Amino acid sequence: MKSKLLLVTATLTALMATSFQAQAEDPIQVGISGEPYPPFTYKASSGEWTGFEVDLAFAICEQMGRTCEISPTGWSGIIPSLNDGRIDLIMNSMSITEQRQEVIDFSIPYYFTPGAYVAAADRDLDIPDGLDGLVLGVQAATTNASYARRALRDSGVNIRIYDQAEQVNADLLSGRLDVILADQIAMAQFIEREEASAFEIKDTAPRHEAYGEGIGIGLRQDDDALERDLNAAVRTVIDNGTCGRLSEEYLGTDVCVYE
Amino acid sequence: MNYSWLSDPFYQEYLWTGFVNTLWLVAVSATAGLALAVLTALARLRGPRPIAWLASAYVTVIRGTPLLVQLFFFYYGVGRLMEGVPGLRESWFWPIVREPFFFGALTFTLSVGAYSGEIFRGAMQSVPAGELEAGRAFGLSPWQILYRLWLPRAFQIGLPSLTGEMILLLKSVPLVSTIAVMDLLQAANIVRDETFLVYEPLLLITGIYLAIVILLTLVMRTVERSFPGVRATQGRWLPMRRL
Repeated sequence: MKSKLLLVTATLTALMATSFQAQAEDPIQVGISGEPYPPFTYKASSGEWTGFEVDLAFAICEQMGRTCEISPTGWSGIIPSLNDGRIDLIMNSMSITEQRQEVIDFSIPYYFTPGAYVAAADRDLDIPDGLDGLVLGVQAATTNASYARRALRDSGVNIRIYDQAEQVNADLLSGRLDVILADQIAMAQFIEREEASAFEIKDTAPRHEAYGEGIGIGLRQDDDALERDLNAAVRTVIDNGTCGRLSEEYLGTDVCVYE
Repeated sequence: MNYSWLSDPFYQEYLWTGFVNTLWLVAVSATAGLALAVLTALARLRGPRPIAWLASAYVTVIRGTPLLVQLFFFYYGVGRLMEGVPGLRESWFWPIVREPFFFGALTFTLSVGAYSGEIFRGAMQSVPAGELEAGRAFGLSPWQILYRLWLPRAFQIGLPSLTGEMILLLKSVPLVSTIAVMDLLQAANIVRDETFLVYEPLLLITGIYLAIVILLTLVMRTVERSFPGVRATQGRWLPMRRL
């Protein structure tokens, strides 16, 4: 008899717990891709998830006064997982696009990687006026290629389009390209290579429609309270320099979106 | 089918550049390649043994490896070697060799030289010995026999196959889009990347290629027919004098 009562109580408690899932004491499930995406999300040797976005997620949660758990999910099904309630946030370099905004909401962008111009360190380069007559390399079907074709078409620069990013890098090293325009994070890593020691990032491209709005945290469209808290927390971790510090630590450059 | 992008001068410019580059590449490679083909055929038929051996090794290597691999080999392999050549970047040669067009033309020239070289060798061997003997009987020097008799006759015999080679050359051109030459395929890819239309730009360049091939075939047929006095292929092994 007593055991039966206990069982009922336990069931009731469990039921109550599920029905009040969104209450403050429940940890927020931060959805990331189950496949590692270093240096944004990857597993440390200890087996714990780490990386720029993992650390940033914990910083944001701390700011909101909530606890968070990292919840790895298959990338292709991550939006259904969010809308089914298995996870509460998506935070894994997801670009804010109109198509996605039809099914989920996004926080304000927390990071954005523009294109970076890389050229020989001893070349004086004034962008975009000094590009006239130079040969610029970009990778096909990237935002940088779209940007170069649209924004630089009147600059007199000769644009060459390659299939693979490494082909662009190789031709910069061999001198057949004067300057390349590629993702800032990839370029920050590229110029660290020994063979690229004579090259440096000259400038970054300004914000442009070709690049989209940036990377935001995905959340359910009806989670308005969470969205409000989240936006405030994202703003704070960016403004107090936490985001910038983590970005420098993991990516070697500051990609956070400042106002 | 959405072809509204065709009115955008931006895409028109790319397609036009792609068209012009394609024709240039074919023209340069065909001219240089056919010259190389004649030399290769001559080297294999009449050259001293080391040269004949060298020509045959060249044909084997070029015909035995994929064209795309050759293109990458020359562009990236040789390109990386060029980094280490002192003074190259200051020389007059540099503005040419830094262009991917140069490597496309080089690869295609070597390819045409090898394939057409073999066609030419076969054609030269098919010229009836009696015709060459007749030339000798008329007192022509070996050099005169070569350029007034043997080569023109071989060219005439090989022409239908050479037309096929030129068509193959034209259709190899899209490979250069992988080494950053703005050709028709790359222009179509730009349209695809920006408008998310896949078939329309591809259909357009398919039509352009087809039109060039038809034009090329017609021109070559006229050349075939305009050879004086003889018809090359009429179901007879020996050409017949037209009355």
